[in-house]
Amino acid sequence: MIDTLRLTAEEAMELLDRGDVSSAELHAAYLAAIGERDPELHAYLRTIDASDGNDNDAGVPIALKDLITTRGVETTAGSKILAGYIPLFDSTVASRCRQAGLPFLGKTNMDEFAMGSSTENSAYGPTRNPWDPERVPGGSSGGSAAAVAAGLAPWALGSDTGGSVKQPASLCGIVGLRPTYGTVSRYGIVAFASSLDQIGPMTKTVRDCALLYRIVAGRDPCDSTTVELPHPVEIPERENLKGLRIGVAKEMAEAEGIEPGVRAAVDRAIELARSLGAEVGECTLPRSMRYGLPCYYLVAPSEASSNLARYDGVRYGFRASENERVRMYERTRDEGFGDEPKRRVMLGTYALSAGYYEAYYGQAQKVRTIIRDEHAQAFEQFDVLLSATSPTVAFRLGERTQNPLAMYLSDLLTIPANMAGLPSLSIPCGLSDGLPVGLQLIGPQFSENTLFGAAHALERALGFDYVPERLR
Amino acid sequence: MSLTREEVLHVARLARLALTDEEVERFREQLSAILEAVGTVAELDLADVAPTSHPLDVVNVWAEDEPRPSLGVEEALANAPERDGNFFRVPPA
Repeated sequence: MIDTLRLTAEEAMELLDRGDVSSAELHAAYLAAIGERDPELHAYLRTIDASDGNDNDAGVPIALKDLITTRGVETTAGSKILAGYIPLFDSTVASRCRQAGLPFLGKTNMDEFAMGSSTENSAYGPTRNPWDPERVPGGSSGGSAAAVAAGLAPWALGSDTGGSVKQPASLCGIVGLRPTYGTVSRYGIVAFASSLDQIGPMTKTVRDCALLYRIVAGRDPCDSTTVELPHPVEIPERENLKGLRIGVAKEMAEAEGIEPGVRAAVDRAIELARSLGAEVGECTLPRSMRYGLPCYYLVAPSEASSNLARYDGVRYGFRASENERVRMYERTRDEGFGDEPKRRVMLGTYALSAGYYEAYYGQAQKVRTIIRDEHAQAFEQFDVLLSATSPTVAFRLGERTQNPLAMYLSDLLTIPANMAGLPSLSIPCGLSDGLPVGLQLIGPQFSENTLFGAAHALERALGFDYVPERLR
Repeated sequence: MSLTREEVLHVARLARLALTDEEVERFREQLSAILEAVGTVAELDLADVAPTSHPLDVVNVWAEDEPRPSLGVEEALANAPERDGNFFRVPPA
């Protein structure tokens, strides 16, 4: 009997290596768990049978966020406008998973086009948090996060533009990495904001996270923004933090809206880091914190307005029936997109339009330079920065859907590092009112090995139990 | 920062979105609030700052110009909402 709630991907590999279980048996055990628990959670949009194009049958099965293009398997990015779209090719990350022998369990639910922080913007209905089904799993990779937390996948891939891997990992009590921009290929990823989108692993442990990152990272000739990793990925073994210089940015620690329970859990983790030998000091990121969110909500929608121009009802996906061509485009887009993509496309179109370009988009690109510089300065003194990942624990379904700005604030603490192209990782660091709190570790570009090492040492010392209390 | 109804309709036209009347009013309010919040970037004097369009310092990635097979006609049309022979069929202008 395989306990999918507890089994890590690394333990699953050991079972496979010893011949105690076959990949097909693992696949079947997870599909059975999905059959049992997913009707309540709705983490998956569709599952994939072991025989269904899964010729890669040697390894640990994986769940993929539904914006990851999979040959022969419907890929909708959570949108009605892509309903019925069956890709003719694999994204590079899907093909790397296949090459590594990882069979696909299915495609996970998400906020439409990865726009959102709760998975409530999916055109196919929300996903629920395995710790409390009345609450959201975070987003936009909420389906992948819920699947891993509820034992419906040993590991999963998500995507992170403003915090869409880190924030749901935080709200579901799992580990999520947003890698350095350019280390994982975006070829075949349904595009949202191209200068920010990154694919990232979502796992139960930091070691699983490093193992999955090692499979998907590296230069890809099909994505000219990718680079060769400067160092091979190390699977972390670090048990202490001796010699590690940790910075805590004043503006992140004191940011408005951080719940007391979140602050307390993060403060305890920082104390623990100190007791493991780290030197902890204060740093300052005033303009990154004040202008990070506004900067993001100009840059990302601007890029989205361009990327989403391709959905015109001509070559694939949904088409509204109309007798005149431009009218067909306009009705297809109005009926095919949900509210959030419409808001962002309009916001981006406005920010890029004649007369406003310099004041909005141009200015935001300059703010991005300031954010990079401020972080570079902090890393002259520190190896890693620590903060909460999300200001709050998982919130109730419907709580923020009427107020887009309140929803946007969910990513207040994850956005600045993303704007600067830095890697960052969220690990669970405790509970507040019975719900998981995430700790964010941020490093300089290409410092994934440092982040894995530090996170692994903290994870061991924290001893967080990733199985949701109600499922134990 | 408050958008007019005409401005919302102008942006929707540029973005090829046929909004309903209810949407025009709702998005007018929401976009006004969002623009007010993001407009704070204007407070900064950044005349001497260079813009960042890409997070890595990578320029000019070259590849050999080698022909490769591409999608065949049947594959390219496989997801078409409507086709006519070897073409995507669309309504007349």
